[in-house]
Amino acid sequence: MSTSFLLLLIVLIGFISYFAGRARSFAQAGGKLSNLHSLPGYHGSYVAIWAILPAALVLGAWLVAAPVYIDSSTRAVLPEAVQAQGGATVELALGQVKSVAGGLNRLTAEEVQALESGSANLRSTLAAKGVALAGEGEPYMITAAQHFNAMTVTNRWLMSAVVLLIAIAGGVYAIRNIATRFRARNQVERVMLGALIVASSIAILTTVGIIASMLSEAGRFFTMVSPFEFFFGTVWDPRFAAAGSGGASGQFGLIPLLAGTLYIAFVAMLFAVPIGLFAAIYMAEYASPRLRSTAKPLLEVLAGIPTIVYGFFALVTVGPFLRDISAQLNGLVTGNYQNFIQAQSVLTAGIVMGIMLIPFVSSLSDDIITQVPRALRDGSLGLGATRSETVKKVILPAALPGIVGALLLTASRAVGETMIVVLAAGVAARMQINPFEPMTTVTVKIVNQLTGDLEFTSPQTLVAFALGITLFVITLGLNIYALYIVRKYREQYE
Amino acid sequence: MNIMSEAAVEKALDQKMNTVPYKMIGKDVSVYYGEKRALFDVNLNIRENTVTALIGPSGCGKSTFLRTLNRMNDTIENCRVTGKITLDEDDIYDPTIDVVELRARVGMVFQKPNPFPKSIYDNVAYGPRIHGLARTKAEFDDVVETSLQKAGLWNEVKDRLQEPGTGLSGGQQQRLCIARAVAVSPEVILMDEPCSALDPIATAKVEELIHELRSNFTIVIVTHSMQQAARVSQRTAMFHLGNLVEENDTDKMFTNPDDQRTQDYIMGRFG
Repeated sequence: MSTSFLLLLIVLIGFISYFAGRARSFAQAGGKLSNLHSLPGYHGSYVAIWAILPAALVLGAWLVAAPVYIDSSTRAVLPEAVQAQGGATVELALGQVKSVAGGLNRLTAEEVQALESGSANLRSTLAAKGVALAGEGEPYMITAAQHFNAMTVTNRWLMSAVVLLIAIAGGVYAIRNIATRFRARNQVERVMLGALIVASSIAILTTVGIIASMLSEAGRFFTMVSPFEFFFGTVWDPRFAAAGSGGASGQFGLIPLLAGTLYIAFVAMLFAVPIGLFAAIYMAEYASPRLRSTAKPLLEVLAGIPTIVYGFFALVTVGPFLRDISAQLNGLVTGNYQNFIQAQSVLTAGIVMGIMLIPFVSSLSDDIITQVPRALRDGSLGLGATRSETVKKVILPAALPGIVGALLLTASRAVGETMIVVLAAGVAARMQINPFEPMTTVTVKIVNQLTGDLEFTSPQTLVAFALGITLFVITLGLNIYALYIVRKYREQYE
Repeated sequence: MNIMSEAAVEKALDQKMNTVPYKMIGKDVSVYYGEKRALFDVNLNIRENTVTALIGPSGCGKSTFLRTLNRMNDTIENCRVTGKITLDEDDIYDPTIDVVELRARVGMVFQKPNPFPKSIYDNVAYGPRIHGLARTKAEFDDVVETSLQKAGLWNEVKDRLQEPGTGLSGGQQQRLCIARAVAVSPEVILMDEPCSALDPIATAKVEELIHELRSNFTIVIVTHSMQQAARVSQRTAMFHLGNLVEENDTDKMFTNPDDQRTQDYIMGRFG
């Protein structure tokens, strides 16, 4: 019985239990629903939960535990000689045994007999059935594979029987509990609560897991390169060629990357903040509802464009445009048509990233500006202030903490952005202050270090985790600070 | 010279009410919110240096009428006003009129106290600052002090002018808003249920204040409280379903109204 069929059966039992539970509660009520503590639907759900949940949990645990047990039992069947070699050899042999086991299931009885008697070649026989073996098969593998197959079959039958039994037992137990005063509704509520808690803890645990893995890998990196060299080094030269050869390794200075990250984010904010903020003020304070209802979604479409498309736009349109216009300008002034803006530059990346960030700034600020109570607006207008005076002197000061929070959230996006920078600012890690020259960011270097077929043992690849954790700390700090400010602001009006 | 008691003076003043000149004249004022008509050809004149109370059941259009007087209705989408309203001969719906200047002449105090999230001082100085009514620090200090004094708040806040206005109690906040309106030296002050969010003691203080402000300003007040209308106003206008039912001296209105609907409303038979 396959696992999916088993699951289907459990669900079916659950369905039946639901209707059985409902019917029983109807019967207990004796025709008067008000006799029941809970509605019949709750009784049905209660029974269904008892039928499905324990069985599904056991099934899940079984699916995790059984392969481990079967593997260890198969390992025990392997010849002493193989077992003595330990570690990787045993695992390799086990892998082959499993392939053979898979192949044996496709063979006819005669073919299996031929193999057992040694008259047929294992590898070629299996290859004919579409199962490729990594090496020449050994005779012991056939025995081990047969053991493996037998275990698997027994295991499957046992699992099906146990799980179905639990499902039925759960259903029966629950049905017996049903009585007029039984509080099925509260029981269902508790299960709902449990489900919600499980869902949220999965989200949190995943985050914790990601951080833990980054930390441990970054820890390995710092055993090879000292944290001081990493955090305060001013040269980024990882020397890919030296990777794996041991000894001489590159220089992993974070400073040039961090400088590039902050510089490009700064230029992007320089473009996004005024435009986004003014757009938000217009949308919130001046635009008629009809204009607002069309213009705001249009602006937010910008936020839905994948960043790689922005990268494209930078590479194909904005970069060359800036390069050409700088050449023209230079030509007009000095007569020398030499461009002073590179096609890939901090400016290009900043402008395009700024365009990407406009909807974030405007949408977040718009929400905050519209939250400012109408009474304040009326108060100012009622004193004879113009709209812009009202915006400048009352609304913006009142909304300022929230807007600062929004800008910090936007900044953390700018710091984490990758694709635009790869295409628009290049991959050269340099320390300079000319916005017309290429620079690169932390995220770009992470991509750079991890593409290729290097092992995860050299500092050249492990540095990605150190970069990742650095970036994570920066954006986390920005986010926490932003949320803190936003929350403080909310308290003012509630 | 004959020395009259204060009450006698007031009585004499009230009796001469019919001779007091008009400050604002509303002629055939109708207001539409989109398709819905909220006011039907209201003809109501506001007398100078008088407190005029607008009463009537909820949704009768009294607040709507109040807001037409300084064009605060402009800030509401789809709102349209027809008819004519003048302030000292100036048609306030004339397209060439400066709405901002109008609102400086016709100030407003709202239902809920709405001090700006600024210091008490800056709240009062807000109007003078945007209208350039004061230049030097001394002038500003002066405006702030006299306005707060007029609003009867000076003694309570003079030691903490730099503290936020939002930190005051509800009644103090409302008097701060009145001081803020007074600081612009308007000719007319509109009050939209100024005491509905206040407790009885704070209400008494605001009513007393309205009484005092009357000598310098023309006041129009919307109120749900019959007693308040009777206490603070000299003229009362009764609205019902978007129509002006009647307008008369407050004394007469509360003792012997012309219209049966006014009688019923004052006696609490509907509302």
